[in-house]
Amino acid sequence: MLEETVEAARQVPDPAARPSGSTAIDVRGLWKIFGPRADRVLNGPDIHLDPNALLEKTGCTAAVRDVTFEVRAGEMFVVMGLSGSGKSTLVRCLTRLIEPTAGKIHIAGEDVCSASPAALRELRRHRVSMVFQHFGLLPHRRVVDNVAYGLEIQRVPKAERHRRAEEILSLVGLAGHAQSYPDQLSGGMQQRVGLARALAVDPQVMLFDEPFSALDPLIRRDMQAEVVRLHRDVGKTMVFITHDLSEALKLGQRIAIMRDGAVVQLGTPEELVAAPADDYVADFVRDVAKSEVLSLRWICRTPAENEHLDGPVMNAETIIKDAVPAVLGSARPIRVVEGGSLVGVVDRLDILAAMAARPERPRPGSRSRS
Amino acid sequence: MTAQATVSPAVPPAPPPAVRRRPRERLPRFVLPVVGVAVAAGLYLVFRGTATLPHDDGAAPFLFLNDVRDWVDDNRNENPLFLYLINYLRLGIGGLFDAVSAGLHALPWPALIALTAAAGWLAGGRRVALVAGLGFASFGVLGVFAASVDTLALTLTAVLLSLLVGLPLGVWAGRSRRVRRLITPALDVMQIMPTFAYLGPMVLFFQIGPASATVATMIYSIPPAIRITALAVEQVSPTAIEASVSLGATRWQTLRKVHLPMARRTITLAVNQTIMMALSMVVIAALIAAPGLGSDIIRGLSRANVGVMLPAGLAIVFMGIALDRLVMATAAPRSPRRSRYGAAGVLAAAGIGLSFVLPAEYPESWEWRIGPPVDDAVRWMQSAWYDVTEAIKNIATEGLLNPLQNLLTSSPWWLVALAVLVLAWRVSGAVPAFTALGCLLAVALLGLWEHSMETLTTVLVAVVLTLLAGLALGVAAARHPRYAALQRPLLDAAQTMPAFIYLLPALALFGTTRFTAVFASVVYAVPPVVRLVEDGIKGVPQTVVEAALSSGSTTRQLLWKVQFPMARRAILLAANQGIVMTLAMVVVGGLVGAGGLGFDVVSGFSQSSDFGMGFAAGAATVLLGIMLDRITQGAERRPSPQQQKMRIA
Ligand SMILES: Nc1ncnc2c1ncn2[C@@H]1O[C@H](COP(=O)(O)OP(=O)(O)OP(=O)(O)O)[C@@H](O)[C@H]1O
Ligand SMILES: [Mg+2]
Repeated sequence: MLEETVEAARQVPDPAARPSGSTAIDVRGLWKIFGPRADRVLNGPDIHLDPNALLEKTGCTAAVRDVTFEVRAGEMFVVMGLSGSGKSTLVRCLTRLIEPTAGKIHIAGEDVCSASPAALRELRRHRVSMVFQHFGLLPHRRVVDNVAYGLEIQRVPKAERHRRAEEILSLVGLAGHAQSYPDQLSGGMQQRVGLARALAVDPQVMLFDEPFSALDPLIRRDMQAEVVRLHRDVGKTMVFITHDLSEALKLGQRIAIMRDGAVVQLGTPEELVAAPADDYVADFVRDVAKSEVLSLRWICRTPAENEHLDGPVMNAETIIKDAVPAVLGSARPIRVVEGGSLVGVVDRLDILAAMAARPERPRPGSRSRS
Repeated sequence: MTAQATVSPAVPPAPPPAVRRRPRERLPRFVLPVVGVAVAAGLYLVFRGTATLPHDDGAAPFLFLNDVRDWVDDNRNENPLFLYLINYLRLGIGGLFDAVSAGLHALPWPALIALTAAAGWLAGGRRVALVAGLGFASFGVLGVFAASVDTLALTLTAVLLSLLVGLPLGVWAGRSRRVRRLITPALDVMQIMPTFAYLGPMVLFFQIGPASATVATMIYSIPPAIRITALAVEQVSPTAIEASVSLGATRWQTLRKVHLPMARRTITLAVNQTIMMALSMVVIAALIAAPGLGSDIIRGLSRANVGVMLPAGLAIVFMGIALDRLVMATAAPRSPRRSRYGAAGVLAAAGIGLSFVLPAEYPESWEWRIGPPVDDAVRWMQSAWYDVTEAIKNIATEGLLNPLQNLLTSSPWWLVALAVLVLAWRVSGAVPAFTALGCLLAVALLGLWEHSMETLTTVLVAVVLTLLAGLALGVAAARHPRYAALQRPLLDAAQTMPAFIYLLPALALFGTTRFTAVFASVVYAVPPVVRLVEDGIKGVPQTVVEAALSSGSTTRQLLWKVQFPMARRAILLAANQGIVMTLAMVVVGGLVGAGGLGFDVVSGFSQSSDFGMGFAAGAATVLLGIMLDRITQGAERRPSPQQQKMRIA
């Protein structure tokens, strides 16, 4: 009885079927094939070849392969993968900066793929904006005019767009730099300008294509914190591309891992670390300090016959690391509860094993999705 | 290239092996060429004087071209092509020139100078204002104010039209790879073609006068406008464009707010190059009756009178400098334009005010007549250095020019053709070889064999001298950084001068002879060659040089066994560049006694009965150019003249 409960707690629910708020972005069966006669390749038999063979045989690259996912309104959705796995292509397909080869995309219910050029422009102007790895600032414009660029495109009068730009600049901590030129700012500050430019049009959705890869580690950490803060404060839907796992884990509410154009696993950081879908993902998460990501749910076990069930009580959501003081302070195993009912116990040995990250213990539900 | 070469200095000279280790060794590399030369010499001795193609002023192609000209003249007002297109173009362009010219001439001279200075102030502040103002004032001081204004009008008209056509095309080409691929070959042809070649067709279609001079100038000055603009637009950061599109900008908004501002600096360079190219056509355009400074220079050249040419030549150079600074100053980023309106306004107002006070014509008493003293100086130089210049001239003429020319003109045509074929095949392969052969035969068919051989002689001698000088100076510069630092600015300056300037000292020193053209071409072509050689040798990786030195090479061994072989491409490129430039100059040299094709071209425009010959000679210069280019094509891709110039700018 208890065993079943433990198993049930460990089951990873299907992310697509998760109870959720309204859907901000809905992508179904998206393909992008670069190269000559992409359509023919898509519908032909060659499409199942591996990337190198496909390129050799047809001259095409399938940068995005049959990708399906949903992003809920207000969610921070991270896409990660190695270089060349198709992340940038995927995110550009969302607003058709790159024309998808096949598939359906809906943003806030609107069908992006069949949108007219004018409708598409409207979408880009008001609803979705993007932050780029190499900033893409206009060197001949002052910071304030860079930030106001999106509004200028919408023909907002100068006074008003400047007012709005100044507002956004102080939001990203660049209040004093409105009159500077981009090349007078440091890399981190330039990316803040990029961020401000994307924010200035007050979009519902923000897309980030590896925005911090070009920054050095300290500044990157600041910027990540900045994005987390913004996400909390302004509550936008965000799609964040990165190739850095720690960034993904830090920011993402859900993470999609891409490989050769396809999504190989989609889940919460915890799910990815605890139950990698295949060796590729496992490889990615190998070096993660599991005790900092996983919760007690993943290491609790059915109590042994003679174990005392009167130790401290902790919630199943508790991160392992945070359970350390409790388990050290008590000789009895911790009772892990969820929704008021006991789901298992955890003792010092369990915690220690998890902190030492021995592979046998902390991979309970190692299921592989095919 | 030659990895073994780097070690060879350390190896002692190979001991004469008693037994050949590889009995089936191939023939030494020099055998084939030696046999080839010997065979050619034998054939020459046997067949010399036969199958030559002496020049005939009444050759059939010339007469045919004269008839074509006559037919065009007769049908100018009936043929629909002329009636509905060309005549309108001629009237339109001529009208524009007249308007610009009238406008400029209507400005009193103090106003023109002051307005230019004011524009300079606006663009770049005090220093630019000074350069621009002084540059324009020099026209008056040199006594050529009216002619300068004519030249300015022609240049501005041509530049205006070039930019009107060139900038949009360039932007288009910059954004569309297909368009770029479509127009690149056309631009290549326009740039390689010696300017002389299209004067004939211009005259045929647009008659002699400012309209055809404008069009000829445009053909020469449009390619940089298009190419550099395309380059500028192409180089705009793709992320910036993407960012703009991602915010919902239309194509037009992105063009106006991203492409153009970000490409502005480079586009300014395009404008600048267009102006410089147009200015360097001034003299050539004068051959088809363009008004202005060019005609003074032509007059001076044909009379071997440096005193007449010098003021005009200097005025062109100063105009170039003034316009260059003016245009380039506008490219400076974020200059505080606003704060300069006041000073510029004051300057302009002062100039206009002065023009009410000062005489309408630039007063003669304020001129500085440099003609007579220059003539005196030239005369003094000619007599004082007579022995030296005469000796140089004679050695070159008797030792190089005459024998080579005799050889070429007394050989049977088929022998020359054969030699070209074999040579081109060995250096560049079969296709270029047959192209070269085709060009040579076409020259013969045009009836210009003998004159082409004369021109070829001058070109070959000039190229050899250019390469010798270029290699020597280039190596010196590569070896001694101090010397290089001295030489660089000189080379930079030399490369921005219009070609004909080099005729001035040549003429002063050597009078009108064939050697004059050779000397001028060498001086003209040496700077780029030096630069290429220097860069090539400096481009040899430091590690290779160190490896050679550490194995005990002497500097000489280093040069011959490492640096020259490894800089081979750069040196071949230099040779190729030298040939193209020399050819252009030698043709201009037809004006100062080089004879050959250049002279034919010039007389084609001055005598109506020689029109056909001039036209054909223009075509022959193109053919010769292609032939020489194909023979030396071994030097893979060579940079276009634009890239050459851009590097200095
Ligand atoms: N315009 C294009 N034409 C052809 N192939 C392309 C094009 N753009 C991308 N590709 C190919 O598509 C694949 C995915 O590229 P993409 O830029 O989306 O990868 P990425 O995951 O963003 O990599 P990175 O981390 O390096 O940015 C790569 O193999 C790439 O070579
Ligand atoms: Mg990318």
